[in-house]
Amino acid sequence: MNTRKVLYQFGYRRCADQDRPSPARHPVVVVGAGPVGLCTAIDLAQRGVPVVLLDDADRIGEGSRGICYAKRTLEILDRLGVAEPCLEKGITWKIGKVFQNNDLLYAFDLLPEDGHKMPAFINLQQYYLEHALVERAATLPNLEIRWRNKVIDMQRSNDGATLTVETPEDCYNLDSDWVVAADGARSALRGMLGLAFQGEAFEDRFLIADVKMKGDFPPERWFWFDPPFHEGRSALLHKQPDDVWRIDLQLGSDADAKAEQAPERVIPRLRQMLGHDDFSLEWVSVYTFQCRRLERFVHGRVVFAGDAAHQVSPFGARGANSGIQDAENLSWKLALVLKGEAPESLIESYELERSAAADENIGHSTRSTDFIAPRSAQELRFRDATLSLARHAPFAKRMVNSGRLSMPSIYETPLSTPNLDHWSGSARVGAPLPDAPMRDRNGKSIWLLEALGGEETILHVPNGAPPPNGHRVFVLGGDLIDERGLFAQRFDASPGSTYLVRPDQHLAARWRHATPSMIESASRRMRGFEGGPA
Amino acid sequence: MSTLVTESRLADPDRSYRALIEAHRGLSDEDSAALNSRLVLILANHVGEHAVLQEAIALAKQSMEAAKDTSP
Repeated sequence: MNTRKVLYQFGYRRCADQDRPSPARHPVVVVGAGPVGLCTAIDLAQRGVPVVLLDDADRIGEGSRGICYAKRTLEILDRLGVAEPCLEKGITWKIGKVFQNNDLLYAFDLLPEDGHKMPAFINLQQYYLEHALVERAATLPNLEIRWRNKVIDMQRSNDGATLTVETPEDCYNLDSDWVVAADGARSALRGMLGLAFQGEAFEDRFLIADVKMKGDFPPERWFWFDPPFHEGRSALLHKQPDDVWRIDLQLGSDADAKAEQAPERVIPRLRQMLGHDDFSLEWVSVYTFQCRRLERFVHGRVVFAGDAAHQVSPFGARGANSGIQDAENLSWKLALVLKGEAPESLIESYELERSAAADENIGHSTRSTDFIAPRSAQELRFRDATLSLARHAPFAKRMVNSGRLSMPSIYETPLSTPNLDHWSGSARVGAPLPDAPMRDRNGKSIWLLEALGGEETILHVPNGAPPPNGHRVFVLGGDLIDERGLFAQRFDASPGSTYLVRPDQHLAARWRHATPSMIESASRRMRGFEGGPA
Repeated sequence: MSTLVTESRLADPDRSYRALIEAHRGLSDEDSAALNSRLVLILANHVGEHAVLQEAIALAKQSMEAAKDTSP
């Protein structure tokens, strides 16, 4: 069951670097063509930086692995040109339900308002996302993917690193100004630098099965505590494309991983859960979870991202989502540094912002795992007390934790300029902008985030005074029309309001009445020139 | 921000203590533990401040250490 079928096969091809007398030098080498490495490489290439992406394999295998992609991730994928195939294929959902035994304890809606281009979540097998990213990468002339190119050694220097790469034919060396290590939870590059990967391991084993069947469950996330079909444990059900359902069953800490994966063991469990046996098993795996991280993500010119830098339990869908957010945070900064438009110290803000995000994700995922898999009799008592109180008192419902689903981090960062004025609405300095439906100059419908793309932008609400100068300025009512008034509402906009948006669509600064020097200073600060990390 | 009040606040402490005793009388240890778990959650929510809860936890732990130190 665990030998993975090959779904997409790519070819190894000899590259010119293998025949050079001395190592070729590249601005950026990204190691690992999973979702995080691919997003980083595409983002950099879109920003005009030539990228080499190395991967030790030459295929995408089956096994759905990461399946939940959150709104913010979809917004990033949209900017990278792959949201459309993902949305088309994926299962859109926003409702979660939590059951105890047969009873619905509560339901939650992850996106209770409309007027956003992207849904709260889609479920999509990771291989479809990877395939869409590989196809997108192939359209970028400055992005070169080298399959079956395995990094076997890395020597760091002050201005980059030398990688020794093994191919089916030979070994060759590559010099790079920057290396992005996106080589996953078992990162070889992390090992080469001898870096500790510290944190907490959880003893409970979980069975993950992908089951193919025609089911009449709605596209919602269903979580059970102590379900009748799996007494004393927990279960999770999620719909994926192609009539595939993800089932996640808690097995306990004493389960035998090998025995539990055997079809004669798995099938009766699933039959009990589904109430029939009109299904086929696509993929099954037994997991234990770890929550851990590198102490630092940036080591000179080698930068770690995604699972190579931090690992979480799957409750909350914080693995791939946070990794893709790492990719976007790093890419614009690296592009500016490589173009000489920002000081190298800007990369330190990646460390600061994404390290805080990793801690937030690890915190949420650890607390969820504590609730789902209590480790002592008293932990279990507290958990069961919460579940039974939840039927009587609203406070206990909020304590029930079946996974807190991935939300983007709000950066407390020296790149932000603190508010001088009072603001309401949902926009926050340090957070990604809330989306809103707009019209462009020609009356064509456009989403705010589409219009922004990946460039530093000033949004300005006119008040009779000349609009501000800047890298790129959109005047509301002219360049962008706030058709339904949702921009005004979400940004608490009034005449004169001015917003500075980062290249990753996070809000850097806002003013009720901005002066040119305020905007200039905030823009420099955002690029790491002043008030930046020491 | 308020801090944990350790001065006596109950008008009739004996009566309140008695209420706790009565709630547990006749229960097995397991049921008592389950009842206490519920009470802790309800009272923690009523306190409503994480910092005060932390102080209460610290006081409880401190008194346990003190009890161990003085035990023969």
